[in-house]
Amino acid sequence: MKKIAFALAAVLGLSVSMAHAGDKIRIGTEGAYPPFNGIDKDGKAFGFDVDIANALCAEMKAECEIIAPLDWDSILIGLKKKKYDAVVASMSITEERKKAVDFTEPYYSNNLTLVAKKGSSVDPANLAGKAVGAQRATIAANYVTDELKDVDAKLYDTQENAYLDLASGRIDLLVSDKLPAYDWLRSEQGQGFEFIGDAIDVNDKIGIAVRKKDDELREKFNAAIKAIVANGTYAKINEKYFPFSIY
Amino acid sequence: MNWEEIFVALPKLLDGAVLTLELVFISCIIGFVIAIPVALMRASQNWWVSNIPLIYTFFFRGTPLLVQLFLFYYGAAQFDAVRESIFWPVLKEAYWCALIVFALNTGAYTAEIFRGAIQAVPHGEVEAGIAIGMQKHTLYRRIVLPRAIRMALPAYGNEIILMLKSSALAYTITLFDLTGVTRTIIARNYLAIEMYFTAGVIYLLMTFIFIQVWMRVEKRLLKFQN
Repeated sequence: MKKIAFALAAVLGLSVSMAHAGDKIRIGTEGAYPPFNGIDKDGKAFGFDVDIANALCAEMKAECEIIAPLDWDSILIGLKKKKYDAVVASMSITEERKKAVDFTEPYYSNNLTLVAKKGSSVDPANLAGKAVGAQRATIAANYVTDELKDVDAKLYDTQENAYLDLASGRIDLLVSDKLPAYDWLRSEQGQGFEFIGDAIDVNDKIGIAVRKKDDELREKFNAAIKAIVANGTYAKINEKYFPFSIY
Repeated sequence: MNWEEIFVALPKLLDGAVLTLELVFISCIIGFVIAIPVALMRASQNWWVSNIPLIYTFFFRGTPLLVQLFLFYYGAAQFDAVRESIFWPVLKEAYWCALIVFALNTGAYTAEIFRGAIQAVPHGEVEAGIAIGMQKHTLYRRIVLPRAIRMALPAYGNEIILMLKSSALAYTITLFDLTGVTRTIIARNYLAIEMYFTAGVIYLLMTFIFIQVWMRVEKRLLKFQN
């Protein structure tokens, strides 16, 4: 049964993309990265990515179908095999991925941020000698080791352990992706902490992936992104999830 | 194999190896100092004296080292009482937490190794000591302990090698030991095979050198047997 459904989806995906213009656009998302994309109890996709995708479709006056959940590792393979026409799944635009697919203009940016205890006198411009934590193998960790050379760097295997040491005071400061950290600040453990300084731009832009040379769809998305940002739809969706702009 | 990158990473990996050696060396010395009295108590005929340290050895031999590290490092730090105590300046440092947990852990194993050896000291030798009128502490100092430690040497050497490898868990509490450095480098250059291979060779080398030294110690101390 699973196999049949699989084959059917492939055939459908193929036919849809062949009869592209004016037809249904199939949008894939992962469904495992809340609050950006998730799957609710009824199996329906929700989240920032999904809301943006729906807003874009409304703007393009196109009929859309959200396909989720999808495996992150093979999400671009499904796109190439025409099981869906676009991926709206908080995907960072990287050189490596650009070899396989094309990206639209970014629809949000992932910044790094510094997190410290409320009222602490940490000065973002002068961190020498401070104990600074980050999760190993992340952009945040690279930032700590490359940009903050004279700090006492502590690398953690999970973000949770880094939060624990921030809470216990072993580290003065945490460098983290801003949006997950925002979730932590709202948790009970994160109550006494706050963002300090400005968000750090690490040029991590999130875009919509489309197949190579599918320029028509890409341009339509680009125009729609511009339009929803201009007409306030984007701000409304943004507000639903974050009290600061993530565009 | 990307030999060039291995060459670039080698100085950092060796720095990590130094910390690994330091952690193992110091914790094994402290562990040894803990183990002797605990082993003597464990070997006692008195039920109370023998069973009270059992709580300690049972806990440290019965739970994973990783759990002990996390309980001690992340767990204890969650309590205000700990953070406000005079011990916090020490417990705040991952280095001291690792040393304390490693020392207690290896101390527990070493104590049980020594207890077995103490109980295995031939009765005849103990009786001979008693027969010539030795006091109890003289008996232990001159007959039981020297004999027991010699008998325990092969098993104790094994424990130290196990400790060297267990020390690889130090990276989980932010220390840049050999494994911690290796993982940090891989996060940047993605050369997992090359870096783990090099780290493995360094661990093997350390073990190899240790075994050579230990064999000499055994040969010297166990000369009377041959």
